[in-house]
Amino acid sequence: MRSIELMVNGTRVRTTVEPHETLLGVLRQRLAATEVKSGCERGDCGACAVLLDGRAINSCLALAVQADGRAVTTVRGLGTPETPHPLQTAFIELGAAQCGICIPGMLVTLYAALQAHPDPSRQEIREAIGGNLCRCTGYHKIVDAALAAARRLLESRPAGAPS
Amino acid sequence: MSDGSAAPSTPGPGGFRIVGQRAPRPDAADKVFGLTRYADDFSMGGMLHAKVVRSPRPSARIVRIDSTKAEAVPGVRCVLTARDVPHNVLFSDVPGQTTTVGPLRARTQVLAEEVVRFLGEPVALVAAETEEAAEEGARRVTVEYADLPGVFDPETAMRPDAPRLEPTGNVISRWKIRKGDVEAGFREADVVVERSYRTPFVDHAFIEPEAGVAWLDENGVITIRVATQVIEHFRDVANVLGLPHSRVRIIAPYIGGGFGGKEDVTVEVFLGLLVWKTTRPIRLCYSREESIISPTKRHPFIMRYKHGARRDGTLVAVEVELISDAGAYAYLSPLTLLYGMVHAAGPYRIPHVKVDGVSVLTNNPPTSAFRGFGSAQPAFAYESQMDELARALGLDPLAVRERNYLRKGERLASGQELETAVWLPETARRAWDALGPPRAPSAPGKRVGRGIASALTSYGRIVWLHDWASAWVELQMDGTVLVRTGVPDIGGGQAASLVQITAELLGVPQSDIAIHIGDSALTPLAGTTTATRQLYMSGSAVHKAASELRATLITQAADLLAASPDAVELADGAAVLRDAPDRQVAFRELAVACARAHRPRSAFAIYQAPAGQVMDFETGQGKVFPDFTFGSQAADVEVDEATGEVAVLALAACYDVGRAINLNSVEGQMEGGAAMGLGYALLEEDRVAEGVTLTPNLMTYLIPTALDVPDVTTIVLESGEGMGPWGARGIGEPAMVPTAPAIANAVRDAVGVRLTRLPITPERLWRAMQDARPS
Repeated sequence: MRSIELMVNGTRVRTTVEPHETLLGVLRQRLAATEVKSGCERGDCGACAVLLDGRAINSCLALAVQADGRAVTTVRGLGTPETPHPLQTAFIELGAAQCGICIPGMLVTLYAALQAHPDPSRQEIREAIGGNLCRCTGYHKIVDAALAAARRLLESRPAGAPS
Repeated sequence: MSDGSAAPSTPGPGGFRIVGQRAPRPDAADKVFGLTRYADDFSMGGMLHAKVVRSPRPSARIVRIDSTKAEAVPGVRCVLTARDVPHNVLFSDVPGQTTTVGPLRARTQVLAEEVVRFLGEPVALVAAETEEAAEEGARRVTVEYADLPGVFDPETAMRPDAPRLEPTGNVISRWKIRKGDVEAGFREADVVVERSYRTPFVDHAFIEPEAGVAWLDENGVITIRVATQVIEHFRDVANVLGLPHSRVRIIAPYIGGGFGGKEDVTVEVFLGLLVWKTTRPIRLCYSREESIISPTKRHPFIMRYKHGARRDGTLVAVEVELISDAGAYAYLSPLTLLYGMVHAAGPYRIPHVKVDGVSVLTNNPPTSAFRGFGSAQPAFAYESQMDELARALGLDPLAVRERNYLRKGERLASGQELETAVWLPETARRAWDALGPPRAPSAPGKRVGRGIASALTSYGRIVWLHDWASAWVELQMDGTVLVRTGVPDIGGGQAASLVQITAELLGVPQSDIAIHIGDSALTPLAGTTTATRQLYMSGSAVHKAASELRATLITQAADLLAASPDAVELADGAAVLRDAPDRQVAFRELAVACARAHRPRSAFAIYQAPAGQVMDFETGQGKVFPDFTFGSQAADVEVDEATGEVAVLALAACYDVGRAINLNSVEGQMEGGAAMGLGYALLEEDRVAEGVTLTPNLMTYLIPTALDVPDVTTIVLESGEGMGPWGARGIGEPAMVPTAPAIANAVRDAVGVRLTRLPITPERLWRAMQDARPS
């Protein structure tokens, strides 16, 4: 067993893990972060995506020990019902979530994509979520919502701010 | 609107406040904030983890099972085999079914007893303190097998000398439909088109695998919180355990996708057995590989179609043979085939029809319910046929369809009259026109094409199964409203639409309505979230209960306001005098007044669907379904001649949904259905070789990504003539049915080659293009 320290959604947590445990397993089973979903456990579906130091990764393909000392952001770290992220607001308003099981991974992936490219085209959004499978929506309203959120974020950014 | 001749330019009777809006769903917020607790997001103190031991062989006799090594693994608490199951049989009846129809009844063993009939069949269960110990225990259950001859395709399985899965033979159901005289019909034909079509095994591939947690509650009730479309499976679990039905409770949290794959029993019976045996809480979640190799799939169909038409395109006869691969156990295969039979001639007027269908057991993975339920396979065939007929006659594919579309008041080949609006011409024309001007190829070596397909798809349960749903609506003492109904919400917005219906009738904002769903002990049963029936059935039950409560509240308010009930309306959480809006009673006061006056603040209602007689199985004549949804889809594709790769450039879908209760949800079904249909057309195939699934993960079993699916143009028409609330029809299943044939027809248009087998992979298309080249 090894002791690791993670910053999960801004809160410092310490836990002991087996060296072979995945970040996904530790988040869900040891840290009760069940908002991170498990769809395939081999990097095919993107349901378990989280941000590791701001970069979107499949947490089923990372070992928990690799995240030692680093910041993990899940969908709960993007916003709350009281302080929603524009992506979350747009997903609600435009009906982008159906069964919702892919949405936590979808949202953190889009969050990272909008950080990198604040003014994406529809095609760029589709490319950003190319590794996040959704079986319900056909992706149409997800792309709509991501674009709406990007617009809202651009409008709210102070003029002259760096992108 | 009496038939398809007039265009639906107006949305029908209006005046809705909430119905028809793009209202955000009440469940959406929890989902986007990561707060929804799905089946596997729930845990309990002292919970054991379970694993299923599965057969590694497709056909074998079980010689011996030895669990001693498994029981010796530290942490293992329980190993169960067939011997430990009190009643080792599951019947695939439609829950609550009232009519026993021989061919519909099918049985499956809970755990394999003497033989295994498919690779992945459950043989034993292991429960342990940790998931790792359960896995280790499962590996150490020693099962000695002796291989038996297997049979892996339905045509071989029908031969008299084929290995038999059941003593009575491998054919588990035969259906037929007879109308007119097809031989006479073909004599009238100027052209005959005859082809065979094949469709593959398809996986539901919901992103949430089968999962659940179960425990023994303080009253000794086995409580199973599980990802299911059918909470009524509490009866099946109780029957297996030999317990009264009241001793098993099933709770369905919000489900991470269903599509028919959580319709049959999955993990719930295993959870029930292990709780019963250990009295400990149990968790069981399938891995993706288990989810793909073991539970039910969409049926592969072999379909032989022969159409005859006159020179002007008028259809005169069709002869159809459907063969469905039921896999190793019947599950709902006989029913699925019956659906296929009734839909087999498509939405067309054909005087002479002969349809024969057979469903056959094999040692392949079992097949059962999947969105479209036996109607998606024939749609691929009959819509390919319509295009080929048009080509043979030199006619426009759309024009040939328009000549033959059924109209309101006409009858299907099974004799069922179409009693509601049939807007097929509008849906086809609107979908086609939505694609805009023809596209040019994006580069040399690319070919573009356009295709159309129409379909009718039933919604609601077979009429002789006496379907019903119930719901309970209450005005609470704080003035808010509570709805209870046993609907499992699989992501289609099932619960949200019921809230919207309640809000419309009671004049309360949706934010003041709470809904409890999916609990077989505490919510009135509403039946299964299958067969595109929930908006129709539980929607009607909620409509009825809310209407009763509305009448009570208006009566009470009229008393308080000393006015006639006719003068009272409900709006914004209050009862208001229509002509004197300053005179009103807030719902909170109304609740107190009702209590004081001994008036109920709640209403319970049962909606019973109109019932019918069992069809005549000799002729296949009779009313089978409550109603149908009609729609069309059109596709633009681009084919790379060098690789055979197909890109879908545009998809348009147009349906008469009767009444859109939630426009976002309706469009969401149409978009998602088209995406699933695109996967069916081009990508998805569970490749099964000699009973072995070669595609056991989402790297080899390909579902569409955001880069495979174009934006889907959705056109929603509202005839107001469906069977559901305010004339709504169902859209869940219909939304995926025409996509694959529309894409196949577009590919044919692009490259001049007809592929009669799904999926249209680059390799298959490339080979077909090579074969078609003049040598």
